[in-house]
Amino acid sequence: MLRLWPLARGLQAKQVLASLARCNSSAPPEKLEVFVDDKPVLVEPGTTILQACADAGVEIPRFCYHERLSIAGNCRMCLVEVERSPKPVASCAMPVMKGMKIKTDSPLTKRAREGVMEFLLMNHPLDCPICDQGGECDLQDQSMTFGNDKSRFTDMDHTGKRAVEDKNVGPLIKTIMTRCIHCTRCIRFASEVAGVDDLGTTGRGGDMQVGTYVEKMFKSELSGNVIDLCPVGALTSKPYAFTTRPWETRKIESIDVMDALGSNIVVTMRTNEVMRILPRINEDINEEWISDATRFAYDGLKRQRLTTPFVKNDKGILEQADWESALIKVAQKIVQTPGEKIGAVAGGLVDAEALIALKDYLNRLGSEALCTEEIFPMDGAGTDLRSNYLLNTKIQGVEQADLILLVGTNPRFEAPLFNARIRKSWINNDLTVAMVGSQVDLTYDYEHLGDSASILNDIASGKHPFSKTLAAAKNPMVVVGSSALQRGDGTSIHKAVSTIAQNARVQSGCGEDWKVLNVLHRVASQVAALDLGYKAGVDAIRENPPQILFLLGADEGAITKEDIPADCFVVYQGHHGDRGAAMADVILPGAAYTEKDATYVNTEGRAQQTRTAVTPPMLAREDWKIIRALSEISGNSLPYDKLQEVRDRLYEVSPNLVQYGEAEDANYFKQAQELAQSVSGTIQEKPLTPSMQNLKDFYMTNSIGRASQTMAKCVKAVQDMD
Amino acid sequence: MLNTTRQLLTAAYQQVRRIHTAAPVCSDSLFVHRHTADNNPDTPFEFSPDNVKKAQLIVKNYPEGHEAAACIPLLDLAQRQHGWVPLSAMHAVADMLKMPKMRVYEVATFYTMFNREPVGKYFVQICTTTPCMLGGVGSDVILDCLKQELGINPGETTKDGKFTLIEVECLGACVNAPMVQINDNYYEDLTVADMKSIVNGLKRDKVPVAGPRSGQDNRFSCEPKGGLTCLDTPPRGPGFKCRTDL
Repeated sequence: MLRLWPLARGLQAKQVLASLARCNSSAPPEKLEVFVDDKPVLVEPGTTILQACADAGVEIPRFCYHERLSIAGNCRMCLVEVERSPKPVASCAMPVMKGMKIKTDSPLTKRAREGVMEFLLMNHPLDCPICDQGGECDLQDQSMTFGNDKSRFTDMDHTGKRAVEDKNVGPLIKTIMTRCIHCTRCIRFASEVAGVDDLGTTGRGGDMQVGTYVEKMFKSELSGNVIDLCPVGALTSKPYAFTTRPWETRKIESIDVMDALGSNIVVTMRTNEVMRILPRINEDINEEWISDATRFAYDGLKRQRLTTPFVKNDKGILEQADWESALIKVAQKIVQTPGEKIGAVAGGLVDAEALIALKDYLNRLGSEALCTEEIFPMDGAGTDLRSNYLLNTKIQGVEQADLILLVGTNPRFEAPLFNARIRKSWINNDLTVAMVGSQVDLTYDYEHLGDSASILNDIASGKHPFSKTLAAAKNPMVVVGSSALQRGDGTSIHKAVSTIAQNARVQSGCGEDWKVLNVLHRVASQVAALDLGYKAGVDAIRENPPQILFLLGADEGAITKEDIPADCFVVYQGHHGDRGAAMADVILPGAAYTEKDATYVNTEGRAQQTRTAVTPPMLAREDWKIIRALSEISGNSLPYDKLQEVRDRLYEVSPNLVQYGEAEDANYFKQAQELAQSVSGTIQEKPLTPSMQNLKDFYMTNSIGRASQTMAKCVKAVQDMD
Repeated sequence: MLNTTRQLLTAAYQQVRRIHTAAPVCSDSLFVHRHTADNNPDTPFEFSPDNVKKAQLIVKNYPEGHEAAACIPLLDLAQRQHGWVPLSAMHAVADMLKMPKMRVYEVATFYTMFNREPVGKYFVQICTTTPCMLGGVGSDVILDCLKQELGINPGETTKDGKFTLIEVECLGACVNAPMVQINDNYYEDLTVADMKSIVNGLKRDKVPVAGPRSGQDNRFSCEPKGGLTCLDTPPRGPGFKCRTDL
């Protein structure tokens, strides 16, 4: 906690009191009995009254209190009467004491709430009809439930109402600061979770306002979360402004694909249009935060979309076509071409169903050249052992770890919520972080061991002083970024890292249950593709130039026109008219992640499914169905007609792909490391530089982000500020 | 009949909640920063070598890891050096204490004694709170005198940049009302003539002696006007009124 600025604020009452309660005995503290409205509850010592009430099933109204932030105790909405206490107490900050009798429904409590609510509303504008928070506003709801039914407000000319200037904090967050009730949740989020101390309160008393003092953008990859945190309409979403009311929309629980973490999201839909994306609580992955790319890139789903098949005509110009002619055109080519001359490249946003359908189809045609755009070292055990390419410790494992070595990765932008987890653990658990790779701002302090990859060899052989630190750690984690493994010497780096991890695992005595080696991927499809047996990297295509190249959402430019013969027939299937579609002879429009029931496996190896929120635009169709249709036309029908049958097939290949929500442990670290020893090659002296260095690199990492105007505005705003 | 009416009226009166409708008073200073020609992140500010030493001494007063506690004294040091606290001075303090800039802004905007706008060489704060308004000759005439002598209204700075005049609330010298604070000095028990002589002295850069003036018979401090009313005898020695056997 001492790592948090300012120090005092971080000391949560809970921890202080829990330690006080513990100080004179080593036995686990006994539970205390308290009475909430005469109902007895047993709670841990150090629990706050508010939490005790929650245990008893009584919800106390609150504005400033939030489970994942430190306790501020400044809104006073949670006042409750406690027997033999002279005044009502702020339940969020008051620890329980033995035999405490809490009255959450007494006249005194009610009056206290009414009083607080009256003060809050006195300076709150009555603009609910034009406020974006309307319908999901804590102040609105709580004033209905706990407020007074009469108003004493007589200042009909509004001469005395407080008015506060709106702040410009960037293209994502709209501020209407007059509505602010000074709960300071956004300030605490910025300083504790996001690690960007840009928000604060200026002035005092009636003049106090929340803001940045100097006008500047709230430069964080997690900034959008303050919109959810704000209990009133002071911070709202700029792109979503004045579009829909929450009661008009349908909410579909889904999964995010903008990074490899698979954050849980709620897609909000109205009239077949994605209106916004909100986080969904999943303690294993994203807690209740999501990154800005996840939250705001959704407008990219409406732009640059492929809405109809295209076929290149005799003049070399892509022309709109119907499904029949497009599929027949492709099927004709496929029938004329020997199977081994067909290759496929899968991009970063492809779901497991489409991947298996394409693999089955090409295998039936006699081709094994199925690759992913993302490179991963295939030598040694390569991708045969899952432990080699998963985040084995799991995201939640960070909270048990006491040392993390980051290798060639910038988790802040490659996986913002993983980074938030590290920061959380760094604050609460005294986690030590070290880094090999370019120095970047991770929002927490770390030991920078240097950026040269050769340091890894020194650590592996025990020559480096850090080896001792690593050996002394009880629960070490080694996290290697996928970009570090994509260099020419990726195999050697993987070998060095797995040796480091295996040594640490043996020396720390952490036991078989604790995994050390972790790979942090950057794209959503990679783990599923490797599970299904795709070759990582497009070398196979470069070495055996195909006559037909099937690009399944491959937009990152791993394969260009120069890599393939001039007469190679390129089929692009995907949802955006991006780099892949530009080189295609036939374009088959697919569905984006909000438009299909699909399986994605995150970097932990956890399978999760997206749900159809909206239908694919116009003629676009779900990806596996397109491949299924193509297989029928070319006379090699795939044996599945329904989604469930595709998933049965996924189960046949790899059962973990359909065990939704579960992340199966991978093992065989020792064997993988032994197999890696057979790999020859040395680590080059080149510095390990993660692909994303600055915030401006974070917004446009895939075809959806590149099509999003909001993301473009973010890039511009960040550039203007630098 | 009359009685019934009165009872009804009383009952009706008690049903109505009594309301105060005074408009809230807001500060006249701005709590957001606007870049101006003389106040922006590039305004030259650097602690002088002397002040760097002083700052290091101040920081040493606080335990390791709690350097941020020196924020207020360091801002004060910056204000004494520069006359007021520009944005760049806040940044210098933030850098020195390794704390986020926003946290320094919070402190600097919270305390009204940090001037975030340029002020004159002599910063005249006149107390116009009730005791000063009523005590002695009253603060009204003193304020009128200041306006006349300086040719400015409260909240303004003279053209030569020498004087800034503001009205403030109680400065805690009510016994010696009326009073003004000029920079660090309190001038108390003022009359119009005293005020004029103080201002004229300052115009010639002669800082008059601080303390009570002629207004209430040239008091030494805050003792009663008509001489002491208690504690006016020499203090008794030890054993006063004690039992003899002790």
